[in-house]
Amino acid sequence: MVKGDATASTIAADAADERLISSQGLAGAATAFLGRLRGGELGMIPVIVGLVVIAIVFQINEPTFLSSRNLVSITQFAAPVGVISLGIVLVLLLGEIDLSVGSVSGFAAASMAVLIDSRGWGLLPALVVGILVGTAVGLLYSFLYTKIGVPSFVFSLAGLLAFQGALLYVLGDKGTVVLPQDSALRSFARDKFLTDTQAYVLLVVIVAVYVAVSLLTINRRRAAGLTPPSLTAVLVKAGLLLVGLGYLTYYLGIDRGWSYLPVLFAALVVTMDLALRRTRWGRHVFAVGGNEEAARRSGINVRGIYVSVFALCSTFAALGGILIAGQLTSVSQSSGTTDTNLTAIAAAVIGGTSLFGGRGSAWAALLGILVLQSIQSGLNLMNVDSSVRFMVTGLVLLLAVAIDSVSRKARSSSGRG
Amino acid sequence: MSSTVEAPVRESVLSLTGINKRFGAVQALTDVSLEVGAGEVVALVGDNGAGKSTLVKVISGVYQPDEGSITFAGRQISVGGPSDAQSLGIATVFQDLALCDNLDVVANLFLGQEWRRGPFIDEVGMEKEAWRLLRTLSAKIPSVRIPIAGLSGGQRQTVAIARSLVGNPKVVMLDEPTAALGVAQTAEVLNLVERLREQGLGVILISHNMADVQAVSDRIAVLRLGRNAAEFVTSQTSTAELVAAITGASDNVVTARAERTTQRSAGAQQQGDEQ
Repeated sequence: MVKGDATASTIAADAADERLISSQGLAGAATAFLGRLRGGELGMIPVIVGLVVIAIVFQINEPTFLSSRNLVSITQFAAPVGVISLGIVLVLLLGEIDLSVGSVSGFAAASMAVLIDSRGWGLLPALVVGILVGTAVGLLYSFLYTKIGVPSFVFSLAGLLAFQGALLYVLGDKGTVVLPQDSALRSFARDKFLTDTQAYVLLVVIVAVYVAVSLLTINRRRAAGLTPPSLTAVLVKAGLLLVGLGYLTYYLGIDRGWSYLPVLFAALVVTMDLALRRTRWGRHVFAVGGNEEAARRSGINVRGIYVSVFALCSTFAALGGILIAGQLTSVSQSSGTTDTNLTAIAAAVIGGTSLFGGRGSAWAALLGILVLQSIQSGLNLMNVDSSVRFMVTGLVLLLAVAIDSVSRKARSSSGRG
Repeated sequence: MSSTVEAPVRESVLSLTGINKRFGAVQALTDVSLEVGAGEVVALVGDNGAGKSTLVKVISGVYQPDEGSITFAGRQISVGGPSDAQSLGIATVFQDLALCDNLDVVANLFLGQEWRRGPFIDEVGMEKEAWRLLRTLSAKIPSVRIPIAGLSGGQRQTVAIARSLVGNPKVVMLDEPTAALGVAQTAEVLNLVERLREQGLGVILISHNMADVQAVSDRIAVLRLGRNAAEFVTSQTSTAELVAAITGASDNVVTARAERTTQRSAGAQQQGDEQ
């Protein structure tokens, strides 16, 4: 099956150049992967290595770190900030920054909570308003950026201060607004878990969709006379996915299993990944981040891309803030302050999103937040003061950016830019 | 200075008449005319500040002319922006190529006009078409799935030219396509220009390099200080005449130098051109 194309009499259009190093089949896929690594195309490897190191270090010091219970709580608490981080990834892809996501998340959550608490609104309309608050902030930002030309660093710094003020203003002299006991948001963020059956069915569906899409791609490429991806490689990957996720599901299932929050977060990550890699919009985001002038001359609506990205970023921030509110059952004056803000931004960078635009992936948010949440959880288990946690987080961030810089050097010397 | 030569009769694709463009107190273009036929390479030459780039930007829709009319494929048009020009069928290869280094060859070729299958990008269809385009140009690109950053200067130029062919344009403008290239790569780009002509496209070639211009163009339009200075049929002109038209005097620094140092070779060049 794999060798079929190598022996075929007609050579695929993309394999015709004699200078190409043939990469057929599973071995070829492995060779190509190693080549990419040597060329500085590290992708997610450093983060995954980082996660393994973190797991080993904490497990040695604190045997409960890798317990099912702790892993469940890591996935649960990582998710809301991860949602915020997803927005940061988008903004970073354009080579811009949003420093105000924390404040915006707090402000949006407070708006929702106050509408429910003081005005007696139902959860759903209040939640929609809360999310729209985020969207509105993003639209304001994009107006400042595209029409007036204020740098994103400046307007988001202004937003950081202003929306923290707005949070205090909305909360008024109460200081803290508690969500009602029976609020669906509370139970969604705290108590809802997939049942074992749901989890395994979902797992099988995910792997089946992956295999089906890969088979379709193989068929289409073969029909178009292009080298198809190796079937063996696809099956191996699908097998690894099935076994890996299956074991994780089993292990988390010893405790409470998958919380709704990480499932929602993962669904958002997959959706954004698809949107970034497979739609025109995503292609244009990468183009604007890579070379804005080239994008403009290609007829891309550059302004529209900025508007959509800033709006999405603030919307994700608002959604994340609302989920955090559900998780903590309340909104207080400290909601979305420094900690949330910096964690969200650091996660995107640690996950491997370049600060210079045009390079990164939605998965960066997921991996980055897992790293940071693991560190936080591990240090908490070891009863280490939060001062140490901030210092460790700072070091990890520095390390991540250093790895990015080194791999960029490797890329430019191996011609991968 | 040589008199303007009548252009051979050809089906005109793009014709500009009486183009004027002012920037504040500067009259960048005064009553400029230019005509390109199908399957014809027209070189646009002139010294720095002669108005070549302004004219290119007027045609590609980056600037709006203050006066004058543009006729494209038989009807009068106004080019409101770069995407207008693209959809009309006027493609421009800018001097800085305007490629995205972080995207692969396929993504760059179809940037801004990606094919779609449902909500998603049709990667397979685009890759197939990319190979077809590159083959019509006999281009040598090892893989269309590597980022542009990994290509050589000549390969980038090839990608930029191939990109101009996406969407079947009628006119392709090349702004200084050989300026940053080595000898072999320059020859490759000139081959590409000839292949564009063979496909019946009108080509406007902007260049400072007289050798390149004389090697591939059918006609040469000279701009000087924002005006049409002269127009030559390439086969009936000499470097000396061209230089005279560009600088505005037959007794100029270039001819003086030529007479002083390379009299013999200049003579041979002229003979060669007249054959």
